[in-house]
Amino acid sequence: MTLTNKSPDPRSALAQRGRSALGDRVFSWWTLGTGLLVLAILGLILITTVREAWPAFDAMGFRFITERVWDPNPATGDAIFGALSFAYGTAISSLIALLFAVPVSVGIALFLTELAPRRLRGPAVTVIDLLAAVPSVVFGLWGILVVGPALVPVYQWIHDVFGGVPVLGSLFGPVTTGRNFMTAGLILAIMVTPIITSITREVFSTVPRADKDAALALGATRWEMIRGAVFPHSFGGVVGAVMLGLGRAMGETIAVALVIGGATNITANLFAPGNSMAAVIVQQFGESTGTFTAALIGLGVVLFAMTVLINVLAQVIVRRAEARMKGSVA
Amino acid sequence: MARNETDLSTRPSVAVHTPGVTASGVGTDSASVMQLRDVSVYYGNYEAVRGTSMPIQQNQVTAMIGPSGCGKSTVLRALNRMNDPIPGARVSGEVLFHGQDLYAKDVDPIQVRRQIGMVFQKPNPFPKSIYDNVAYGLRINGIKGRLDDHVEEALTKAALWDEVKDKLRKSALALSGGQQQRLCIARTIAVKPQVILMDEPCSALDPIATAKIEDLMFELTNDYTIVIVTHNMQQAARVSHYTAFFTAEVDDQQVRHGRLVEFSQTGKLFTNPADKRTEDYITGRFG
Repeated sequence: MTLTNKSPDPRSALAQRGRSALGDRVFSWWTLGTGLLVLAILGLILITTVREAWPAFDAMGFRFITERVWDPNPATGDAIFGALSFAYGTAISSLIALLFAVPVSVGIALFLTELAPRRLRGPAVTVIDLLAAVPSVVFGLWGILVVGPALVPVYQWIHDVFGGVPVLGSLFGPVTTGRNFMTAGLILAIMVTPIITSITREVFSTVPRADKDAALALGATRWEMIRGAVFPHSFGGVVGAVMLGLGRAMGETIAVALVIGGATNITANLFAPGNSMAAVIVQQFGESTGTFTAALIGLGVVLFAMTVLINVLAQVIVRRAEARMKGSVA
Repeated sequence: MARNETDLSTRPSVAVHTPGVTASGVGTDSASVMQLRDVSVYYGNYEAVRGTSMPIQQNQVTAMIGPSGCGKSTVLRALNRMNDPIPGARVSGEVLFHGQDLYAKDVDPIQVRRQIGMVFQKPNPFPKSIYDNVAYGLRINGIKGRLDDHVEEALTKAALWDEVKDKLRKSALALSGGQQQRLCIARTIAVKPQVILMDEPCSALDPIATAKIEDLMFELTNDYTIVIVTHNMQQAARVSHYTAFFTAEVDDQQVRHGRLVEFSQTGKLFTNPADKRTEDYITGRFG
């Protein structure tokens, strides 16, 4: 018995081994450190941007977010910096993007996980991921040169048909250019579809076979199976995917700057030109000085705050909806 | 006993007749609701189970036993077309349900599963409330009347009502394993199938929960026909009226496949088996 433990004392056999204890300690420091690093970076961004933007906040006060006029070089009087028009443009173009992208993405993801023949799945996923690899400036140029002009007659037709209808009439107002909220929203939709698709696909593929079998064994059709077994299981994950897409859409700069039209404008008319916060920053930063620069950084702060707010809101919604759908666990 | 109209096809009517029992060793005292005729199940080119013929008697418990890989679960899933979603899975022979071949061209697998339900090995309630788990099947089947009454009835029949009546809106996943499995049974019987297939329903449960499910099976035979796959011979002996013994064989081409060895009344199969292989298995000399 040469392999017998040399120290038969159980106490020493159970005593902490230095090697594993050190490994565990290093691991926990490392993970804690990286976790704190993220918080620190976020905090630093917030502090420095607010500090840089302070002259503009100081000059405008709360009007910075309630004022719709943006006039850095007025003929007379002080410059006016109001973020509201651009916040509206950011919101409306992102909303349009999600309206188109979410049903399409969920549809593609369901097709790939539930319907597509196995040999089609790989190539289809590659093609969709390639869409995510197209640089945003290319989307922007495509939008300004091809999509925008091509859509003008379509917009015109929609306006002609629905122009007289009460609510739709104000949404589908007169068309002046192909560069407007709607075109920006559509381009953004194409840009966020790959992200939402690839995450929802991952989420759907984690639904256990057992859950799907349970639905089928009750006589569910494929659609009933998807509604009963796949959706409740993936609701939180899908909302997470949509939030990532929304984050991309709200933060997208160059593509939107090219196609949204560049007007300071709050209107229900989706066919009117407007502007978004990120687009304004990239368009005007180069020629700005002093308070003007501070105001542009201020737009960044507002965008940051909007994104955080929406993400928190989404988490609350997910928690509520899951509690209602899945039943409370406690 | 009131039975649902048995119409599995998109055609307006299907001739329904109940064939006599033809398998050897079985009396004709009760009618068979299902009948397997030379059923083989394939996965791609691989023939997993060969030439199975046996009846399923109405309002009785039929057990399928045998060693791992003998194809008993495969045959069970063939009874309500649960193999359909598996790519390459195929069935030859006839699976008759009231004389209608379930694999005939005009038969809708969804209608088949509405008549022949299934309970699985691992309790698999949906991530929903207890109430919604039972109501799901009722809703998709468009069952008329007050949903609450149907849910209560199903939970009562599954011997679960008293334990969950105060927490119907709580998550089904908060229940114990045994309760979850009874919930799955409640969910299945809520849609009033004629036959309930159970694929090793107690293998993930403790002995007390197992005893409850076994008692429940006995109760359920008043209204339903049950087919249970189990690797527990004592369980088969306790709960079933008829037993089918499957085994895995290797043919001349060295291909391993499942085969039905013996089908008879449970008492006879366990005390006086006709086949040497059955005897070896039940006496523990094999498997």
